[in-house]
This record gives sequence, structure tokens and C-alpha cells, in this order.
Amino acid sequence: MTGSTGSTAPTGPTGPIRRRFQGRRRQDNILGWLFVLAPTLGFLAFVLYPLAAVIYYSFHSSNLLSGVTTYAGTKNYSQLLHDPATGSVAKATALFCVGLVVINISLAMLLAVLLNNKLRGTTVFRTLFFSPVVVSLVAWTITWNFLLQNNGGINAMLHTVGITGPNWLRGNNSALLSVVIVQVFKNVGLNMVLFLAALQGVPRSLLEAGAIDGAGPWRRFRSIVLPMISPTTLLTTIITISGSLQVFAQIQILTAGGPNDRTNVLVYFFYQQAFDNHDFGYGSAIAVVLFVIILVLTMIQWHLRKRWVFHES
Amino acid sequence: MAVLAIPFVFPTWWMITSSLLPENEVLSYPPKLLPLHPQWSNYKAAFTNYPLAHQYLNSLYIALLVTVGTMVFSSLAGYAFARIPFPGNKFLFPLILTGLLIPTEVTIIPLFKMVDSLGLTNTPWPLIVIPIFGAPSVLATFIMRQFFLSVPDDLEDAGRIDGLRRFGLFYKVALPLARPALASVAIFTFLNTWNMYLEPLVYETDKRNYTLPVALTQYTDAYGSHLWNIQLAASVTTVIPVLIVFIAAQRHFVEGLAQTGLKG
Repeated sequence: MTGSTGSTAPTGPTGPIRRRFQGRRRQDNILGWLFVLAPTLGFLAFVLYPLAAVIYYSFHSSNLLSGVTTYAGTKNYSQLLHDPATGSVAKATALFCVGLVVINISLAMLLAVLLNNKLRGTTVFRTLFFSPVVVSLVAWTITWNFLLQNNGGINAMLHTVGITGPNWLRGNNSALLSVVIVQVFKNVGLNMVLFLAALQGVPRSLLEAGAIDGAGPWRRFRSIVLPMISPTTLLTTIITISGSLQVFAQIQILTAGGPNDRTNVLVYFFYQQAFDNHDFGYGSAIAVVLFVIILVLTMIQWHLRKRWVFHES
Repeated sequence: MAVLAIPFVFPTWWMITSSLLPENEVLSYPPKLLPLHPQWSNYKAAFTNYPLAHQYLNSLYIALLVTVGTMVFSSLAGYAFARIPFPGNKFLFPLILTGLLIPTEVTIIPLFKMVDSLGLTNTPWPLIVIPIFGAPSVLATFIMRQFFLSVPDDLEDAGRIDGLRRFGLFYKVALPLARPALASVAIFTFLNTWNMYLEPLVYETDKRNYTLPVALTQYTDAYGSHLWNIQLAASVTTVIPVLIVFIAAQRHFVEGLAQTGLKG
């Protein structure tokens, strides 16, 4: 973060000039405040207040019928600790996150490396790989839902080559993987573009020097390219992790958290408790937990960034 | 590379193909890769049996209003944070930036209660006002500030010599330079709003007030089984306009989105 670079008016030595500057300065201050008024009020009303409120609600029980809110202490949190679903939710959230990050980052890197080789038609392929990013999320998810049905397109394709495909979205082992795959193809284009920009920043001379020293292509990639693009790898990993904690529509449409809570990730669990069961106290406690997770991840990110800026310089 | 491209292109292709098939053929075997006898009535059904036209209009004007509103307020605020040394500037900006850390789910219960107590559930207001002023616009303000920081001081000094006051410096000097930043703000704001799902699901109860993402999930018959071809036809109508704009303004899109790393 750099500070603001407004030009500070020098204070002139003589009376009238100084007065004029002070008038300008006052006008500037008023305008400055006016310009930032909207986001400031928005922050107070739609970020800070709700954040305080959700913490408050998480220590209360609300009765929807009577509309009465009573203090409940840590009841909602202990309910979360003892909820039979909590273990599955934690597992699904973690597995989804790890699976998404690993597959997404490696595929994004692979695509970027392929595109960076400047073969003919790269622009066309870049467009193709990126296109799902602009397809609306729900339409994309519905299409995959259709493709992944037991008698849907994917299994029909497999059938033509003699493989009997699983019932993707209903299988205990295949459901989570299916959701991950749908999400990867949707958004891998974004990370690919970021990696592509990073690869173009790797100096040719370094690679040539490596070649002269007798390093093969794989060795050059591992020892020269990977360290050079590590800041981007960190950035994309962070973006992907925080994105993975917010896959709600996909889960609702594809699996509704099933089978047996295998795909019941935290935000979906939250929605069920808050808006299907109308338990705002419990829902708020889950929301606070989600917020704490994001906060911890952000702190880790800050910590890493300090090291990584050092590495960059 | 061509093989790798299949999973990226195939779903969109399949969506279009299946949206033109009669219902008894969508899940048939062998799979149909080309609609040899396109059945356009699916599209008609999507619009006549459901309030799709109305929902389309909702999505369109909400996305446009949020995009324009965000562009106006984020460029004003981004400019002030970058170039006006008003007291409190250095404290206020990092504070507002914390809005970036807050996923929609975390604050939606209190926001729902707020909207509900104002009697504004089942109206488009929460879908317009909260995104313009709340957490979703923080990224836009941040991007605009980053851009205005890079405007050389000499340009503004020249403007001052020409007698421009502060608002003139913003409007006549800095803003015209900010076109690329504004374009990427517009693109990702529009896409985010167009894809909004949780908010309309929570705030809207009447089908006529749904936006497209929620509307698309409603295509089932009385027994709750999917009317695939109609549902896919409706999906196609929501995808094609955005795809066309994307192909036309591709460079902006890719670069603009790459700068922001948008979620979704």
C-alpha cells in the first residue's frame, strides 16, 4: 500500500496567497469527503453493521413465530460442535478445496505453458479455454447437471467406447469429484491467463543459459520457470482457495449436498440451517465460523506475501 | 491442445444442441450431437410457460443499474483516495478495503433482516442498492484508486494552471484517462451481477421478481423432474448475449478479468 499522492500545496509566505491556498485546501477536503461518502456509508450500513449483527445473533436464539430473540450464550456454537453433520461438512469443504486447488492450478499451468509455445492458433485456443468464464454460472452448472445424469451425455459417450460410467452425481465417491471438475472447467481460464502473463515475464536469456548448461526442457521448467512464476502460483492459489469456500449455487443444483453429506460444503450447510430451517441463530454461528476461516487464510496470505515480496526483490 | 479444448467447448455445444431436441430425444442413446430437426418450439415454451421475459428484464436492468452505479461511485471514491489528501483518507481506505474479505454468506442474515424490516423483500431494491454501496463494490473502488495513483502529477498541475478546480481536474483530466480501468470495472461488475444467485434466492419470493440464475433452476414439471430441453433453451438465451459480447471485446475481457481475479 502506498500512501496517497496528492500534491500538497506549499504554504506561501504572504497573506493573500496563503489565504487562497487555505481556501483551496478546505474546498479539497470537503470534496474529498463528498467523493468517498457513498462507499463510507455503504461500508457502515452493509458491511460493518451486518458483521457486528451476525456475531450478536450467533449468541442468541431467535424464535421465528414470536419474533423474540433471547440470549443463548454459546449454545449455537456447541450445537455446531455436536452436530452429526459437522464432520462430513468439514471433510467435504476441505476435500473440495484441496481437490479444486490441485487440479485447477496444475491444469492452468499446463494450459499456459502450451499457449506460451506460440504455436499457430493460440489466440483461438486461448478464447476457447477462457470462454466458460463468461458463460453464466448457473447455465454452465445446469448443462453439466444434464451431462452427468446417469443416462446423460457423458455416460452415453463412455458407452460408445464400451465403458459403463458411474452415476456421477449420486455416487459416494464420484459426486464430490464431479462438482470439482465442473468448477475447474468453469474458471481455470482465469488462472491460465494469470500464468500466461507470468510466463511471458520469464527472461529468454535465463532459459537459453539453462539450455547451454545442458538442462532439458523439464529441468528448465522446474529449476527456472517454476521459481520465477512462484508469486503468481501463490496468488492464484489464494484466489482459488477463497473461491472454493463460496461454491453454493453449484452444490445446490448438482447434488444438494448429497449423497450422505459427501458434498455438503460449509456455505451450503449454512444456507440449509439459515434459510431452509430458518434457524438464524445457528446460521449466524456457522457464518461466523466461515468468517474466521477467511480471516485466518488472509493472515497467512499476508505473512507469505512479506516473504514473497522479499523473494521478488 | 485440440483434445484439451473439448471439455471447455463441448458443454456449450451440447447445451445448444439439446435445447433444440424434442423431449424424448434429449437423453436418448446414441447421443445426438447435431439437432437435425431443430425444434424451435422449446424456446417458445421457455418464454410462454414461464415468466422468462419478465425475469430477463429484471436481470438486465438490475445488472445495468448496478454497473453504472458502481462505475460512478467507485471512480469518485477511487479518485479521492488516490489524489485528495483529505484528513482521514489514510485511515478510511484500509477500513473500507476490509469489505473485500467478507463473503456474501457471512452478512446475508443481518442484511435479510434489515431488508425485511424495511418491507423491501420481494422488490428489486436490495439487489441494486447493496451491491452498489456494499462489499461487492469495494474491489471496484480499489481498482480505480490503483489507476488514479498512476496518473502523473504534471497533468494535474497543468490543469491547475489552466484554472481547473478540483472537480474539473477529476472530470476533465483524470476521468478521460481512466477508460481502461472503467472498462474492466464495468465488465466484472456486470458479470458478477448477472450471475448473482444467493441474494435473489434470499430476498425474492415471487417468481416474477426472480433474476435469471434463480429462474433457470425452476424448469421442472409438476412432479419435480427436469424439463431438460426447455431448461437448456432458457439457459442458452442467458449465455449467448454475454458470449457474443465476449467474442467481440475479447481482449478487454481477458485482460480486465485477469487484473481482478474475479470469483464465481
